Amino acid sequence: MNDIEIVRAARSENRLTAVDFIWAVVKDFVEFHGDRLFGEDRAIIAGIGRIEDLAVTVIGIEKGKNTEERIEHNFGSAMPEGYRKALRLMKQAEKFGRPVVCFVDTAGAYCGIDAEERGQGRAIAMCLAEMSDLMVPVLSIVIGEGGSGGALALSHADRIWMLEDAYFSVVSPESCANILWKTQEKADVAAKALGLTAAKLFDLGLIDKVVKSKEVPRLSDEIYAQLIELMEIPTETLVAQRYQKFRKVGY
Amino acid sequence: MELKSLFLKANNELENTGNRPRSRRITCKKCSKPVSVARIRKNNFVCPECGHYFPVRARRRILMLTDKRSFIEMNRDMGSRNILDFPGYEEKLSAAREKSRETEGVICGEATIGGSKVCIFAMDGNFMMGSMGAVVGEKITRLFEYATENHLPVIGVTVSGGARMQEGMISLMQMSKISAAVKRHDKEGNLYIVLLTNPTTGGVDASFAMLGDITLSEPHARVGFAGPRVIEKTLNQKLPEGFQKAERVLECGFIDAIVERSEQRDYIDRILKLHGC
Repeated sequence: MNDIEIVRAARSENRLTAVDFIWAVVKDFVEFHGDRLFGEDRAIIAGIGRIEDLAVTVIGIEKGKNTEERIEHNFGSAMPEGYRKALRLMKQAEKFGRPVVCFVDTAGAYCGIDAEERGQGRAIAMCLAEMSDLMVPVLSIVIGEGGSGGALALSHADRIWMLEDAYFSVVSPESCANILWKTQEKADVAAKALGLTAAKLFDLGLIDKVVKSKEVPRLSDEIYAQLIELMEIPTETLVAQRYQKFRKVGY
Repeated sequence: MELKSLFLKANNELENTGNRPRSRRITCKKCSKPVSVARIRKNNFVCPECGHYFPVRARRRILMLTDKRSFIEMNRDMGSRNILDFPGYEEKLSAAREKSRETEGVICGEATIGGSKVCIFAMDGNFMMGSMGAVVGEKITRLFEYATENHLPVIGVTVSGGARMQEGMISLMQMSKISAAVKRHDKEGNLYIVLLTNPTTGGVDASFAMLGDITLSEPHARVGFAGPRVIEKTLNQKLPEGFQKAERVLECGFIDAIVERSEQRDYIDRILKLHGC
């Protein structure tokens, strides 16, 4: 697949969504709701459960599987209250010493009048700042679309993994082509230029692992092994390493 | 800092008055009245006829906020490279350098305000619309790290269209990098004051612009995450009057105060003194 084909595959309606990964990976999953400030955002599914013997906090951006579900989950575009729910549960994970696993799949944070007026920018910024010194391990896996700030908000992690047919980008290739060349026809050129595929981002050192499609059935074991490895690192070292991970990006 | 840089004239309608008579007039975009450039400059780049806020270049912004001759610039010569080989990026960079007479879209350094030592950064809307790439991210991060080490407050003046597309994920992740540096600065008990100016949007709004202890804004500045045209297209409806304007954002609870340009310096000075700076 070339870059734009990967973007299309990542958006495909037939793909596994966050709930599939949560059900496959997490046992005894209990979902929790609400940000305690404004409301409940169904675009983000979050709760606790077990991976093997390890209690974890899980957060997923869910797109839904049919029209009805997609409307319920707002097509996987989270509102500020979604990010605040995610952050609330990450702080709870910190309190109880649970590692956090995020499944990221969004075209972007919701852009609408209500989202703006409830502080979409502030909600994302708070995720970035607070996750940067969260005292428990965080693993983020981009399972489909990694749409700009809305995806980044849940990717301030110790390890970032991406499925081989997922993408992560500063801007959608269509918008990029539109801004630069005033036509969406050149989305394929933009997709290539943006360097948004898992393979390219791994080469650039921005992500830690490319998950091959054939490895997906074994993902649970790999996540478990990764979390155990991260749990063994002393907390202060873990947080310092997380700082350095992002500190060296670009320079 | 190189002293001569202070005297460089920028290629911008208001600033570029070097060899022309002082009486030159321009037409205010808002009220369409002809106003003399000298009057606008004397009036803090605010139209004396209608109160319209003209954009202010980063270097001048710092001069307006800090004590005379106190500013010492840091990392001035860091320039961007085309890491991703993005088509047309080098040309855009040289055009931006030419237009702004700056090496990148943010100016950082140390200065005093009313005698209080501060770190200050000001973004430059003339450099690729203040977009944030790796160098902008690195300069602001270094400033916060320096401020943390030396227990200094940071004053940040934002103007930006967001992350710079031409650097792909590297520019997006500057949001993470700077936010982490702000958090460290914050945890050590240091003060961070943000002054939002028109426009502060996208990835800058969704990171360090919204992480201040105290968030100030210029009147009427556009402050928001998504661009208005994108929202209009998504919702297929006209946006309400005043949407994403600082006055509305304050009503929504995300800005502490809107401060007129002529008052900003004293206002920040007062906050600094109340923090024992």
